[in-house]
Amino acid sequence: MSGLSRRAFLFATATASGALLVSWKFARADQPLPYRGARDEAQALGDFVRIEANGDVVIGARGCEIGQGVKTSLPMLIAEELDVGWERVRVEQLPYGYVETDKGPSNRYGGQGAGGSDNIPSGWKDLRQAGAVARWLLVQAAAARWDLPAAQLRTQSGAVIAPDARRLGYGELAAEAAALDLPKDPVPLKTPDQFSIIGKPTRTVDGEAIVTGRAQFGIDAYFTNTLFAVMLRCPHLDGGIEKVDDSEARKVPGVKDVIVIEGPKAGEPIDGVLASGVAVLADSTWAALKGRAKLKVEWTEGPWAGESTSALAAKAQELLDKNEGAVPVRNDGDFVKTRKQAPIHVEARYEMPFLAHATMEPPGAQISIEKDKAVLIASLQSPSGASQIISNLTGIPRKDIEIRLTRSGGGFGRRLKNDFVAEATLIAKAAGKPVKLIWTREDDLQHDFFRPFGVHAMSAALDKKKKIVGWSHRCAATPRNYRDRGMTEGKRPLYVGCIEPDDFPAGLVANLEKTFFPIASGMPRGWWRGPIHTFHAFAVQSFIDEIAIATKQDAVQLRLDLLGPPRRMKYEDSDQPGFDTGRLAGVLQLAADKIGWKDKRSDGHGLGIACHFTFGGYAAHAFEVSVEGSELLIHRAVCAVDVGRVVNPLGVEAQMMGGTLDGISTAMNLAITLKDGQVQQRNFTDYPLMRMAQSPQSVEVHIVESTEEPSGAGEIGVPSAAPALANAIYAATTVRVRKLPLLAELKRML
Amino acid sequence: MPDTPTRASKTPLPPASAGAENKAEEVQINGRPYYPGGDPDMPLLWYLRDVLRLTGTKFGCGIGACGACTVLIDGKAQRACVTPVKATMGHAVTTIEGLATDAGLHPLQRAWIEEDVAQCGYCQAGQIMAAAELLARTPNPGDDDIAKIPNLCRCGTYPRIRRAIKRAAQIAREGSK
Repeated sequence: MSGLSRRAFLFATATASGALLVSWKFARADQPLPYRGARDEAQALGDFVRIEANGDVVIGARGCEIGQGVKTSLPMLIAEELDVGWERVRVEQLPYGYVETDKGPSNRYGGQGAGGSDNIPSGWKDLRQAGAVARWLLVQAAAARWDLPAAQLRTQSGAVIAPDARRLGYGELAAEAAALDLPKDPVPLKTPDQFSIIGKPTRTVDGEAIVTGRAQFGIDAYFTNTLFAVMLRCPHLDGGIEKVDDSEARKVPGVKDVIVIEGPKAGEPIDGVLASGVAVLADSTWAALKGRAKLKVEWTEGPWAGESTSALAAKAQELLDKNEGAVPVRNDGDFVKTRKQAPIHVEARYEMPFLAHATMEPPGAQISIEKDKAVLIASLQSPSGASQIISNLTGIPRKDIEIRLTRSGGGFGRRLKNDFVAEATLIAKAAGKPVKLIWTREDDLQHDFFRPFGVHAMSAALDKKKKIVGWSHRCAATPRNYRDRGMTEGKRPLYVGCIEPDDFPAGLVANLEKTFFPIASGMPRGWWRGPIHTFHAFAVQSFIDEIAIATKQDAVQLRLDLLGPPRRMKYEDSDQPGFDTGRLAGVLQLAADKIGWKDKRSDGHGLGIACHFTFGGYAAHAFEVSVEGSELLIHRAVCAVDVGRVVNPLGVEAQMMGGTLDGISTAMNLAITLKDGQVQQRNFTDYPLMRMAQSPQSVEVHIVESTEEPSGAGEIGVPSAAPALANAIYAATTVRVRKLPLLAELKRML
Repeated sequence: MPDTPTRASKTPLPPASAGAENKAEEVQINGRPYYPGGDPDMPLLWYLRDVLRLTGTKFGCGIGACGACTVLIDGKAQRACVTPVKATMGHAVTTIEGLATDAGLHPLQRAWIEEDVAQCGYCQAGQIMAAAELLARTPNPGDDDIAKIPNLCRCGTYPRIRRAIKRAAQIAREGSK
């Protein structure tokens, strides 16, 4: 170094390549995980709890934190039963816990994916027990120390207390407790009156890390000597690669390699990569992007070259008009006959666009593959799926694949797929080096597993007392169930993901038919937050409103009449204990009361309301809006929710606020359209998420106090928001929007 | 440990140079001088992330449309994804990592924690940097001022962002009394 000035050295280092700089101490990806959570670690009490000598409690967070708050709420469940003060708790993210047992593959931490709003319900079952077991071990250790029966001891806020008021802090007992055998049977849990953490508003555990820029997301991890990769993917659905000229790309300084990745064959399951493409590997993201811009690739167009959303819409209308080729979904009584005899008919059709997930952190993955082991760091929703894919593509046994979980910059269902993990795996395998794969926003909007496109045809028959006696819901859509090995092997019906047999008002109207008309399409489809329910609730809850208006009935009362007396009804595809009509009526009434449903509005203001049940939770939305010129003004947004017992009220409020805004942002602004077999949207400029100026000032969230089993809150905030907004727009303007995105349609109709 | 906080003051920083060099080739980042080599067209975003490993500044769109990469350049909120490194030479860049001082967290950071703004958290560094410019310019911002912040939040945290900015303004006022 002596011959070089300090400045010259810095120049030299930076110029040579980004990779050189990695050896500075920021390659956090290469640091060992401090938390192993295993029994072999001193002071570890089971897989989730470790107690430091000073009494600090470290709790492992098993879930994928995608913004739904599970890194806070799941450890709360453990801390509650452990009986410690939350202020003494430090939360650490657990890695994916794949283990092999005598009975086959398992997960030492239980379920770790993020889907189906399932984290809280499943954690309620097993994580409280994990906390209680750790507490049990500490009590046993104290009993041995004092030579007292364990039954005489109690715990309070991180200490075991003897009948004579002697105390031992958990930290003093941890080493002894860790040496004990785990109990053979489940240990008793607290009763709710003993809760001191569950039900208390609790801020996100990563609050300070996030606001100081230290929180780590998948994209923030760097392996030493990593190559940076971006891909140019085929823009044609099921298209392929005819010819690649990478000569110019390879000349870009910093570009190290160019690799061709084969996509899935047309018609075959999409369970690896999503599309054919060409990867450019470089020593920085920027060099890779510059290299990609210099690629010359000739694509083959594939079988869907002519596909367009306008043609899909026409096809949907045609199928519904002809009413042929329907897949039955549900059939109660005789709708056709009822309709023929009924004096009052109401009909309407609603069109739903394809949607992209547009997570703020685009897909991507960091992976290091050696001969017989691999390490993945990525923002995920399905670590088990990622593990399976890496194993499939490399032959490395799943037990030798380490997956480190990070915060994810949003999920919304996008990361239930692991196509980006598959790409990174194939690239790293070919390159023989660790790879950091970055997706640009353009990549993300063009290559998603989109929410299906479809048209809902609704028809209602009413008797002369204006009671709904017949209900028909026919849905023509590109099936969600598309080239998905899991769904095909499970022989799930084609309609799954587009229309629910048991959804409202099934079971409440004597003569009810639901049918499904599949439309062929090459668009990859997937789960989009709330999945099925954001797709059909808009139609159902808009239509109820239309019936009320057409027959001059109150829109709240009509729904309450349909729901009838409180009772529990069967609901398939849900682990929750069915659908409780009383709880749905409860949130509907609460939202109506809070918005002042019965109060007269003037000045062109209109009120709209809607409600929905899914994943064990109940929500209702009410909006007060006006339309000035062609500008929609949202004066008030009310959301009432019943998710049973609330673990973290601050978290539920956040999810309902966010779900509401997601619901209306999407309904107002967003659509993915196809032309000539290609997605037309490129970036946020033509996929314009709501910004601050368009957002209501606040979302008034009202949470029903409940002692029912808790359900998840990540998705129930979305489905009823859009129809409530459309209903409010009708009330303000008498313009009925039946096609999304709403603002474009409103502008057209005004 | 991927994401357990370490104190900001302990966050390792790349070696800063002595600073006796040509100021025109120097960029101040969080108060320290750097002399970026390599491709002068590299956007500041990738220089911060891939080279300096200051990963608090996030990639969201690459075209200056979402604000996830917002940093302050000479106190003005700018999009690092469309700002070439060469354009920052001779200027002072503040990233989210440089917002706190020895005196503690910035009022916005405190308010963000207190209002529990973040959901996924990915856009929040950019939101805070955009709000930092606003507060510096308008110490007592109204709703209309706040509504001008154009940054995207996919989780829908806008109402809490509003509250946090107002709370930060209050913290700053009380702190300066």
